[in-house]
Amino acid sequence: MTGSTRFGAYGGQYVPETLICALEELEHAYTTIVPSRAFQTEMEYYLKEYAGRETPLTFCRNMSRDCGCRIYLKREDLLHSGAHKLNNALGQALLAKAMGKKRIIAETGAGQHGVATAIAGAVLGLRVEVYMGVEDMGRQSLNVARMEMLGARVIPVRSGSRTLKDAINEALRDWVANVENTHYLIGSVVGPHPFPALVRDFQTVIGRETRDQILEKEERLPDVLVACVGGGSNAIGLFHAFLKDDVALFGAEAGGEGIKGRHGATLCRGRPGVLHGTYTYLIQDAFGQILESHSISAGLDYPGVGPEHSFLKDEGRVTYLPVTDEEALDSFFYLSRTEGILPALESAHAVALARTLADDLDDDGILVINLSGRGDKDVAQVAALMGGRR
Amino acid sequence: MNHHASRIADLFGSRSGTLLVACTMAGDPDYATSMRIIQEMIDAGADMIELVMPHSDPVADGPVMQEAVSRALDAGMNTDRFFSLISEIRKGSGTPLVVLTYANIVIQRGVEQFYRDAANAGVDGVAVADVPLEESGPFVAAARNARIEPILFVSRTTSKDRLEKILSAAGGFIYLVAAMGVTGTRDGIPEETLVCLREVKDRTGIPVVPGFGISGPEHIRTYADSGADGVIVGSALVQEIAQQVKLGCDPVSKVGGRVRRLKSGCIIDR
Ligand SMILES: Cc1ncc(COP(=O)(O)O)c(C=O)c1O
Repeated sequence: MTGSTRFGAYGGQYVPETLICALEELEHAYTTIVPSRAFQTEMEYYLKEYAGRETPLTFCRNMSRDCGCRIYLKREDLLHSGAHKLNNALGQALLAKAMGKKRIIAETGAGQHGVATAIAGAVLGLRVEVYMGVEDMGRQSLNVARMEMLGARVIPVRSGSRTLKDAINEALRDWVANVENTHYLIGSVVGPHPFPALVRDFQTVIGRETRDQILEKEERLPDVLVACVGGGSNAIGLFHAFLKDDVALFGAEAGGEGIKGRHGATLCRGRPGVLHGTYTYLIQDAFGQILESHSISAGLDYPGVGPEHSFLKDEGRVTYLPVTDEEALDSFFYLSRTEGILPALESAHAVALARTLADDLDDDGILVINLSGRGDKDVAQVAALMGGRR
Repeated sequence: MNHHASRIADLFGSRSGTLLVACTMAGDPDYATSMRIIQEMIDAGADMIELVMPHSDPVADGPVMQEAVSRALDAGMNTDRFFSLISEIRKGSGTPLVVLTYANIVIQRGVEQFYRDAANAGVDGVAVADVPLEESGPFVAAARNARIEPILFVSRTTSKDRLEKILSAAGGFIYLVAAMGVTGTRDGIPEETLVCLREVKDRTGIPVVPGFGISGPEHIRTYADSGADGVIVGSALVQEIAQQVKLGCDPVSKVGGRVRRLKSGCIIDR
């Protein structure tokens, strides 16, 4: 390994011996291919001409009036595929192609990363197979259909809690057996080094654009940034360009059923340990068995979190707070009705936290919410949850 | 001073033929039956026991082991009971015993504490499936402090310079990962694995023991011919347990029969 594999105490490469060669190969590609002029040009082309970057930074007139500060949305919901996940999927798929891999595997929770990978595979001519927990296939059936229509094969995962965590286990098992021709296109800033750094680098475009856009619109940096945190890729993507600035950073975790119930608030309520190749905060029992997480949103239903977030929490640079299922659902409707934008249930967690944080800001305070994805995928689930009520 | 420290070395030093390492999941299908299974394995001729402390997310394992993890955890296995089980076995047996588990099990107990508890229970070696050389420092140091053999893995994809480092850090024996992929029985043995086995044997005096995918006496003979000092059989035995449990039968005698058949593949003139 050339550099450090860690963020402070967190990160590392806790993988079976048989995966080390694949991680070495990926690290080599990350440090040689990714910075090359040819790769960067190709990447910029796909982001701009194909995916639709840059995404707007929308000033929310109604919500700002209602909340008593200046609120902006970074519109990753308008990116092709409907979520920020495509930034990373295109980046890694281009890299896999440059590495000579013919097949891509991915895990997916909400289905957004699976869809993004299916899209990247289709446009770049790579075979795509996506592992998805049967629990998630039920609540995100629209995305299952989208992946299949895009030519990907969805492999149901029936082991463990049958959600994102188990889909990652299966993808890792597949990768160990097929490292020679397969790239594992992981969907968030989790997993063994170099994945957390690689995925972050493909997502930091969100924050770089936001910085330029806000400086142009407001001629100053924002006071507060808010993003939801599942694995943490949209959050680190927004935060990274502001880490050295005097800007308050907040991560909204899945508070699930609330203080006594099941949840996915790994940083708020977990303890450090090893899962999926990395040392990071986890939801686990006293003996180190991983516990099932819970969230209304499949994309935040994960008992781990990216190691860089564990580091940023301990450093005190980012504040992580839980948002319950109920609060997220309320903000799903709130944003839909005040601004005419249906947010993904994941992103609705960020909206909910922003509404609370707005109380501490003056009229001219500036708050940016990362609207990581659109809510179309959640419409059937929300309708079912509400019964007849709308 | 720990008088068990050389049990593994003594075993390999005195061996005739290839050693059989019989592997089972601690607490599968329950604590009491698991005890009897281990005892039966020893009585049936297993030279060494590899006992797995189950972890909820075993990324190196195939479906057979995953189901055994569920059975064991559902029946209440945890790290405290794991060490009690080993202590009980140790009362009646001097057969070398190695532990296989995952990093988080060790880390949550405290790395130093885990190895001390293992030593006190009578464990001879510890292998951690998701701790490669890169992360092995604290684990190997704690093992050495507790006089436990740190068992490390190599595979055919291990590069030459990493191999040298692994060989100099490892103790007890080298666990040769014989198949790319997860644990589970397989039909053939890849030629690359045999090449790798011979290469590793050429570079070290530490015994080399393949595991992953080994299920029958013919596999054992093939490995023996390429110089393996022993073989590890896991999924094939655990599968036997799973089948009997599904049928509502006691798995002990079937496991014993399987160990005896495997043992027949080990006893050859070399
Ligand atoms: C729209 C959206 N936002 C957020 C997430 C959570 O992932 P991350 O924390 O990596 O951004 C997901 C995951 O599926 C998602 O689909």
